Amino acid sequence: MAIAAIEILDLEKSYLVGFWRKRPKLALRPLRLTIEEGEVFGFLGPNGAGKTTTLKLLMGLVFPTAGTARILGMDMDDPRVKSQIGFLPEQPYFYDHLTARELLNYYGQLSGIPSKERSARVEQMLARVGLSDSAGIQLRKFSKGMLQRVGLAQAILHDPKLVFLDEPMSGLDPMGRREVRDLIQQLRQEGKTVFFSTHILSDAESLCDRVAVIHQGELRGVGKVAELTSETQGKVEIVFYANAKKVPAALTALGAESRFGGGNMVNSVLPEAQQEAALDVLRREQLKLISLTPVRRSLEEYYIQQLRPAENEEIANKESFKKELRQEASRKGVGV
Amino acid sequence: MNSNVTGARIGYIAFNTFREAVRDRVLYNLIAFALLLSGAAILVGEISIDIERLVVVNLGLTAISLFGVVIAIFIGIGLVSKEIDKRTLYTVLSRPVRRWEFVVGKFFGLTGTLVVNTFFMALGVFLALVYVAHKFEPMDVWVLAALYFIVLQFFIVCALALFFSSFSTPLMSAIFTFALFVIGNLSEDLRGFARVTSGLGGALATLIAYAVPNFSALNVISQVAHGDPIPGRLILYNTAYTLLYSAMAISGAVLIFQRRNLK
Repeated sequence: MAIAAIEILDLEKSYLVGFWRKRPKLALRPLRLTIEEGEVFGFLGPNGAGKTTTLKLLMGLVFPTAGTARILGMDMDDPRVKSQIGFLPEQPYFYDHLTARELLNYYGQLSGIPSKERSARVEQMLARVGLSDSAGIQLRKFSKGMLQRVGLAQAILHDPKLVFLDEPMSGLDPMGRREVRDLIQQLRQEGKTVFFSTHILSDAESLCDRVAVIHQGELRGVGKVAELTSETQGKVEIVFYANAKKVPAALTALGAESRFGGGNMVNSVLPEAQQEAALDVLRREQLKLISLTPVRRSLEEYYIQQLRPAENEEIANKESFKKELRQEASRKGVGV
Repeated sequence: MNSNVTGARIGYIAFNTFREAVRDRVLYNLIAFALLLSGAAILVGEISIDIERLVVVNLGLTAISLFGVVIAIFIGIGLVSKEIDKRTLYTVLSRPVRRWEFVVGKFFGLTGTLVVNTFFMALGVFLALVYVAHKFEPMDVWVLAALYFIVLQFFIVCALALFFSSFSTPLMSAIFTFALFVIGNLSEDLRGFARVTSGLGGALATLIAYAVPNFSALNVISQVAHGDPIPGRLILYNTAYTLLYSAMAISGAVLIFQRRNLK
């Protein structure tokens, strides 16, 4: 049986907050999650959801209140784990007195890369992230995008089996994001496991095999991207050319919601049951059909669906609090 | 993981700390020191008779000590806390580096910087001595012993700064370390006071007198300025004392840092 790359076993984290009377604040509710070897796994959630806390726990930067995790079959505290994993923190900051080459060399030393291989490996990484020409410049003169590239280079410098990336696309321009996406694809082809957190859903949809959604420190859902986005919504989308800027009334009567695209192109969404009737309308009106596709759920819709219960709960809590206040006020005879 | 690998990692961290201090222009203090010493040497050469050596040794060694202590405190308090605040630590600790290795590496990096700094300052003192006395005298060898004690002093100050910064803010750490440096320079007086006091007050005075670092024993500037020899026993005692005291302070820093959540 293959060993899971990451096995998170009820990992939990709470912090003490408050100045005088300290009380625990839950940052991560017991989390149970398994990531298989060779997977590209997306950890999705809004800011403050618990993504970075989870990554920090796995990196040993913060200590769990309860639970544990196994990484590459070893206990997360096992010192051998660190030589087989790479980590890119969110908005990384590096020793800015060093040049990119010096920094990678330093990390290579700490990772135990033999000196004979180190220089070649450093140059290879610099070339891979497109920084060969800037390798001799101190990092204090680097842009945010360049720092992110250095961050990626240091994360994969020692050829780790498992790479953790915390918001790797954050703050990057479209070109930079594309380069990061390409790099993750390459890592997948090399058989590495990639665990990355993001709130950019289009990136997750195009890159990940599986995703998990976390919100308010709680795991809301896990699934394969292909499955999550394959569910149809009982609707179809018909794209066709209209004769003029006018949608046939018969189509609207079938319940179609239409909008004009470029030129006379029309996108109409209507119930799947009306598909044949709609095609008949197009034939009758002699309109040119371009495409007919079932409407599938996007990752964004899945994501929002997972977050919604929490929002509803929040609203319900606020409402019940207001109600309690009103009741309390009416008991005391005070208006609220 | 064998000890060679551990030692190598500590060495890499120490070298990086040294390189950072050099590139952040910490050694620029040497310019101020050189100006101070050359000015003093010229002035002393013109106004004093037969006490040139005394003034140069006193002034030179006191300046080395003060410059070094200021560097030790102000860099020492930020050695680890700055790395936490700037999050440079994350990419270090996600590698096969143990937290204690990091703390020890940072400590040696700063003490290494101070040793290099002291070496150049000492060179300045000896040049000034040659300038005012036109020759070396046998008693000048004790200046080396005083310099060695100053370096030992830096070890303790660095270790204390590191210890305080492991649980308090940089400002408080600087205040605590500086306060201990001042009290430590009065530790002989404290010990004397403890000897003549009895009861609870005496016990408390004894406890404080022996808990604070004994910087009095490490300060032999006045003796060597007068050409008095330094006993070998004191050199041995001070070496052992510094190693023990620094090791205790660093162990305390490591114990706290090992449990710390890096937010």
